[in-house]
Amino acid sequence: MASSLPTLPQALPSSLTKTSSSATFRSPFLIFSGSTSFIPSSISLTSRGTSSATIIPRAAAAESDSNEALANTTFHGLCYVLKDNIDTDQIIPAGAACTFPSNQQERDEIAAHALSGLPDFHKTRFVEPGENRSKYSIIIGGENFGCGSSREHAPVCLGAAGAKAIVAESYARIFFRNSVATGEVFPLESEVRVCEECKTGDTVTIELSDSGGLLTNHTTGKNYKLKSIGDAGPVIDAGGIFAYARMMGMIPSLA
Amino acid sequence: MAASSVISSSTFLCKSSSSKKDLGISSFPKSSQISIHRCQRKSIVSVMAPQKDRSPGTTGSVKTGMTMTEKILARASEKSLVVPGDNIWVNVDVLMTHDVCGPGAFGIFKREFGDKAKVWDPEKIVVIPDHYIFTADKRANRNVDIMREHCREQNIKYFYDITDLGNFKANPDYKGVCHVALAQEGHCRPGEVLLGTDSHTCTAGAFGQFATGIGNTDAGFVLGTGKILLKVPPTMRFILDGEMPSYLQAKDLILQIIGEISVAGATYKTMEFSGTTIESLSMEERMTLCNMVVEAGGKNGVIPPDATTLNYVENRTSVPFEPVYSDGNASFVADYRFDVSKLEPVVAKPHSPDNRALARECKDVKIDRVYIGSCTGGKTEDFMAAAKLFHAAGRKVKVPTFLVPATQKVWMDVYALPVPGSGGKTCAQIFEEAGCDTPASPSCGACLGGPADTYARLNEPQVCVSTTNRNFPGRMGHKEGQIYLASPYTAAASALTGHVADPREFLQ
Repeated sequence: MASSLPTLPQALPSSLTKTSSSATFRSPFLIFSGSTSFIPSSISLTSRGTSSATIIPRAAAAESDSNEALANTTFHGLCYVLKDNIDTDQIIPAGAACTFPSNQQERDEIAAHALSGLPDFHKTRFVEPGENRSKYSIIIGGENFGCGSSREHAPVCLGAAGAKAIVAESYARIFFRNSVATGEVFPLESEVRVCEECKTGDTVTIELSDSGGLLTNHTTGKNYKLKSIGDAGPVIDAGGIFAYARMMGMIPSLA
Repeated sequence: MAASSVISSSTFLCKSSSSKKDLGISSFPKSSQISIHRCQRKSIVSVMAPQKDRSPGTTGSVKTGMTMTEKILARASEKSLVVPGDNIWVNVDVLMTHDVCGPGAFGIFKREFGDKAKVWDPEKIVVIPDHYIFTADKRANRNVDIMREHCREQNIKYFYDITDLGNFKANPDYKGVCHVALAQEGHCRPGEVLLGTDSHTCTAGAFGQFATGIGNTDAGFVLGTGKILLKVPPTMRFILDGEMPSYLQAKDLILQIIGEISVAGATYKTMEFSGTTIESLSMEERMTLCNMVVEAGGKNGVIPPDATTLNYVENRTSVPFEPVYSDGNASFVADYRFDVSKLEPVVAKPHSPDNRALARECKDVKIDRVYIGSCTGGKTEDFMAAAKLFHAAGRKVKVPTFLVPATQKVWMDVYALPVPGSGGKTCAQIFEEAGCDTPASPSCGACLGGPADTYARLNEPQVCVSTTNRNFPGRMGHKEGQIYLASPYTAAASALTGHVADPREFLQ
């Protein structure tokens, strides 16, 4: 019976190899007086075997092999510029949301539809017809990026298509939360309206630091400060909500 | 040790709310810290002075008022006080998922907790197939089959299954649109925390509970643990007073509000609705109001429970619940007041829910079709309203008018309940006489487009007046489709004139 159910490949961010007692996190937003863990009943702590399946990639920088520090993370590439209120149906039309990325093939399928819901006046497509990867690794947006549905297909399709980070003026909360939870794309906030300052195809670099970050547009020569990731920092640092909860001792670590 | 952890009660008494940046030093809940009188230990571990019961009032400390949402989250996180900005672990009372997101959520649950893992509570999960049901799309059909397997394996108590796609009535368990089904089946209760893998989960806030939408990853986490990490939102208060005009509906109220504050006006915030108008609304109308909170960016919407709420809920569930209410000295981050008696029917023009306009100012807009359905505008009362207007008009529609009842129960009501003032006719009879399409199988239908063969999908760049919740480009299918969001009255009036129409043309 289990064979009829698609199984997700094991995602094993390297932060999980650390024991929770040695994990340091920069901002203790939660202080626990005891590590009470809540364990799903009948789960065997050693039931997780090794996986040879494809690992769902996390949005990590090229040189960083662990998610332990947001600082020292850099993204570099071409940017794709959008304006305000890009809703989830524009990011991934609802009809394409029947897939769920349980394997690489369906990830590729959903990637092919990334931002395909944009009206036709967007002459430059994020993903060219017939392809499933974008040449733009950084998306620049205006206000309320990702508004609309709670479907995780939105950040997932962007990540699957090769986007690494988004720099928007502001986000809709469910999309922001899903980006953090899945680790598919880093949702960063600018202090000014960078969507008016950059054009699709500009080469940009994003360097994150403890206090936020810097977006440099090499094509125009200008740079822009980015806001600190805020409360989501420790969750992203840890590698997502599951890794964070393991680090907190709230759910058992993988064997 | 236990005794000293009780004495250091700074997290319990006198929480200062002045430091807005303070994210809240929160002890992980241990039952011994919730209240002093529960700390009695049977064995003597140390000697200490007797603890008198020191409720905040007797110490002279200022009791910080909390809003309804803050209170619900405080209780659900086993804290006596939370303030906006606190990041807390919250116990979940109900987790809902459907056909589109359920497979992903369960997939993540298994990936993270193991193939043999069991869900935290098989009676607190409600699985409601509703999105892409009546379609030949194999992937969509597969999703329902996948959910059936998961529910069987996990012994999920509430799975509203459908196997015969050709005849929805042949499926006794099938309900339809998740948010309406949750209410109808008694899963919405005041004071609780309800999460769903759908943005319109906020609908349930009409019952005075914390209800919000989450993604698959968060849902996978909740499946295994029954908890979620949440940041306490500040509350915006909307006080609606005045007698509701006979041509106005809750849909007009929420479109009015979203037009006021914009699609990001309530981002990360609670929208709390109160006032004499709210008190006069039925539960279904309250659901319509809270349903579109997400269209303003809101985290959750909430309405104080009253006799109307209790009457609805107590007829549908025997699970005990405890309502909460905002304190008189609670802090609200914004206050809006509306005199409802002065409001007029409104629409949201393409392509944004905040693109508000008076219906009467759009009467030159020629339309191609009308759609009445969805969690927002496909409930029994929505169809009753449309039927009432059609009956009062006594005419036929000028454009194709699609009717998609939200659930099986709504469908049955459309065919069984008499419409007041019509001499005993049912909605279905009135719709037929007006020339509408036959009411379709209950589901989310074309609200979100869906697979190409979805009934009433916008497959051409047409103009549609719809009782649904979003009108971003491509929402109902075609990217160049133009969607005017409206109340059932306005939708029915528009069907009769072939243009966007103010319902007062037929109801006065």
